Amino acid sequence: MCCPVLTTPSPGSAKDWLMSDYNFAYLDEQTKRMIRRAILKGLAIPGYQVPFASREMPMPYGWGTGGVQVSAATLTPDDTLKVIDQGADDTTNAVSIRSFFERTAEVATTTVTSDASVIQTRHRIPEEPLSEDQILVYQVPIPEPLRFLEPRETETRKMHALEEYGLMHVKLYEDISRHGHIATSYAYPVKIEGRYVMDPSPIPKFDNPKMNMPAIQLFGAGREQRIYALPPYTDTVSLDFEDHPFDPSKAPHPCGLCGAEDSYLDEVITDDQGGRMFVCSDTDYCETRCANGHRGTELAETAA
Amino acid sequence: MTPLLDVRHLSKHYGRQIGCADVSFDLWPGEVLGIVGESGSGKSTLLNCLAGHLAPDQGEVIFDTRAEGPKDTLTMSEPERRMLSRTDWAFVHQHARDGLRMGVSAGGNVGERLMAVGARNYGSIRSQAIDWLGRVEIGETRVDDRPTTFSGGMQQRLQIARNLVTGPRLVFMDEPTGGLDVSVQARLLDLVRGLVRDMGLSAIVVTHDIAVVRLLADRLMVMKDGHVVETGLTDQVLDDPQHAYTQLLVSSVLQV
Amino acid sequence: MIEITDIAKTFTLHNQGAATIGVMQDATLSVAPGECVALVGVSGAGKSTLMRMIYGNYLAASGTIKVAGLDVTTAAPREILKLRHETLGYVSQFLRVVPRVPTLDVVAEPLLTVGTDRDSARAAARKMLARLNLPERLWSLSPTTFSGGEQQRVNVARGFVHAYPAMLLDEPTASLDGTNREVVLSLIEQAKARGAAIVGIFHDEEARDRVCDRQIDVSAFAPDRSAA
Repeated sequence: MCCPVLTTPSPGSAKDWLMSDYNFAYLDEQTKRMIRRAILKGLAIPGYQVPFASREMPMPYGWGTGGVQVSAATLTPDDTLKVIDQGADDTTNAVSIRSFFERTAEVATTTVTSDASVIQTRHRIPEEPLSEDQILVYQVPIPEPLRFLEPRETETRKMHALEEYGLMHVKLYEDISRHGHIATSYAYPVKIEGRYVMDPSPIPKFDNPKMNMPAIQLFGAGREQRIYALPPYTDTVSLDFEDHPFDPSKAPHPCGLCGAEDSYLDEVITDDQGGRMFVCSDTDYCETRCANGHRGTELAETAA
Repeated sequence: MTPLLDVRHLSKHYGRQIGCADVSFDLWPGEVLGIVGESGSGKSTLLNCLAGHLAPDQGEVIFDTRAEGPKDTLTMSEPERRMLSRTDWAFVHQHARDGLRMGVSAGGNVGERLMAVGARNYGSIRSQAIDWLGRVEIGETRVDDRPTTFSGGMQQRLQIARNLVTGPRLVFMDEPTGGLDVSVQARLLDLVRGLVRDMGLSAIVVTHDIAVVRLLADRLMVMKDGHVVETGLTDQVLDDPQHAYTQLLVSSVLQV
Repeated sequence: MIEITDIAKTFTLHNQGAATIGVMQDATLSVAPGECVALVGVSGAGKSTLMRMIYGNYLAASGTIKVAGLDVTTAAPREILKLRHETLGYVSQFLRVVPRVPTLDVVAEPLLTVGTDRDSARAAARKMLARLNLPERLWSLSPTTFSGGEQQRVNVARGFVHAYPAMLLDEPTASLDGTNREVVLSLIEQAKARGAAIVGIFHDEEARDRVCDRQIDVSAFAPDRSAA
C-alpha cells in the first residue's frame, strides 16, 4: 500500500509495520461501512438477501470471499476469531483465512469455540452451543434457494417479494418422487419467521435445528454479491410435507475418537480394504471431549 | 348474473404501431370465445393484455372475482393479479415448453399450482396429480417422467392438466393446437371441449385456424390490424360473414 | 312458438365489387306448438336461408324472428346459445363434429350440454341409435368415416335425443332407406304429439304430406327485383 492509514485504531505498537501495510482488516473504511449497512439491513429483515458491492479479495471466488468481507466488517481489535471449514480448524481454507486476519487485523485467533467472539464457517455450525455474545459468519456459494428451479433473477426476486414459494416444495416433491424421501441433505431450505425462504448455505440438514440460536448469524456471498442475516433467536423452520416431515438425521454411529453420539460425523476411509471410521467433523468438539477423557472405539483399540 | 370478464376500450400501442385498439367485449360463464386473425392482427397482443402479461395503454379488464365480485385486473396490485393467475386463471401456451417446467417430473408440474396455494401433503398432491394426468389421458406410470420424454401432444395435454388442477374459471389459450399433428389436434380439441363442459370453464382461444374455432368456440371475434372487425356466434360469423375481411378469411380456407 | 315478421335478407359480397344481393323480403309466418310447417319452393328460393335465419346462423337485414319469445335477430350470442341448447333443435344435412369422437358421445352431447348426467345421456343416445338401426359396432367409432345414410341417421339421433320444444329439419329423410325413413317420420310425429313446433324442408313429397300441417312457398318472399 502506498498511502498511510489514517482512521484505524492501532491495537498495539509492536507490529506497527503491519498497520502501515494494511488497513485494519484489509478493507477500507468506506467499504466496511457499506457492508455494515448491508448487514444491519439484513438483520432488520431476517432472511432477505441484501445486495452489496462485493470487493475483489486476495483469494479466488469460492474460497469464502463473501464470508471474509463480512468478517472484516464485523471484527474489532478486541475480537477473537475462529475459522472452520467443514468443522475443522486445520484445513487449508481455514488456516489461510485465519492467518489473513492475523496479518491484516492483528486480532487474536483461537480454535476453541467458546473462546471465539467471531466464528467464520464454511459448511458447518459448531457442535458447542453458541452464546449471545458470539457472531457466526457463513460463507455462501449460492444465496438464492430458488435458483435451480427458476434461473431468472428478476423472477426469483418477485417470488420472494410476493411470498410465492410453491416452487420450493416442487423441489422437495421431486426428491420424494425420485428417492422415496426428501434426499436433500445439505443446503436444506428454511423459512424465516414465516416470511422469507432462505438458503442456509451448504450446512448439513443436521445443523438446521441449531439455527434458532442466541448468536447472530451473518451470511456472505462474494461472487453473488448478497448478504443476509439472522438476529438471535430467529424462528427458523425447515420446509417439509405433512406426511414427509423434516428429519435432521446423521450417520447412525458414535464418533470413533471421542465416542460422541450427538455430533455430526465425517466418514474417513482408513485403508484400501474398505476400512473406514466415523469421526466428529467438529475438530474442536472432538479434541475437547478427548481431553476430558472420552474415548471412542477406535482410540480404545489403539490404546489397548 | 354478471359476465365473468368485461373488457372495455382496451388499447395497446408499440410506439406508433397499433397492437390492439379499442377492444370491448364480455365473456359469460361457460362461454368459449375464439379470436381469429392473421399474424400481426393483434390477437396475441390482446390475449397477453387480458392475461396480465402485457400492460395495455388504456382500458379496463374487469374480472368477476370470487371474493370481491367484479374488479379491474389492471388496477389490481401485482400480488393480487399473480394470485389470480395461479388460482382462477390459466394460460395454455402454444409451445408447451413455455408453460411447463421441463426439468421437473409430470407429477411435479401438475402439483406445482397446488403447492403454490398451500398444499403440503405429499400423498394427496401426488394422487391429485395422477387423477389429472388420467383426465388428460396420460397414464399413471408416466407421473415421474420428465416432459422432455413426452411427445408434443402429450406435453400439450400435460400443460392443460397443470393449468386446470386448481379449478380455474377462465382459461387463456394461445394457438393451443399449433404445431401438432392433425390427428393429435382432434384429440386435444375433444379433451378441451369436454373439460370446458364438465368444469363449466370459460375460455378465450386465440388461433388462426378456422376449423379449430368452429369446433371449439361458441363466439368469434375477428381481428385485423389491431381492430375487431366482426363479432358474433361462431357459425354465424363463419357462414354469413358481414365484413370484407371476414369474407376473405372464410373464403380462403382450403376445403378438404 | 316461432313468429317470423317482415324478414328481409341481403348478402353483400365485399370481395366481388361490394355487390349487394337481396334474397328475401317481407317474409312472415308463424308456427304453433304441435304444428309442422313445410317450406317449399324451387331450389334457390331461400328455404335454407330462412331456416338458417331462424337458427341465428344467418343475420336478417330487417324484421323480427321470435322463438319462444326471444327475438333472434337482436339477441345476444349467449341468449341464442341458450336457446339452441334448450329450446331449438336443428337437424341439418351436414354433420360437423370433432374428429375421432365416438358416435355415442356425439349423440349424447346435446343432453350433456343441458346438464344430464353422463350415464343417462349415454343410455338415451343408445336407445336413439338403436331405434334408427345404426349397427352397434359403429357406436364407438367416429361418424366422420360413415356413409351418407349413416351420417344422416347420426344427425337425426343427435337432433331428437333431447326433446326440443321447437325444431328445424333440413331434409331429415334424405339418403335414407324405407325402414329408416319410417323411423324418422314417426320421430317427427312423436315430437308433434308432445307439442314441438317444427319447420321443415322436405323434397320427399310423400313424407311432407304425411307429417306437415301446412306448406309455405318461400318464392312468395322473393324480393322485387326491379326495386332491389
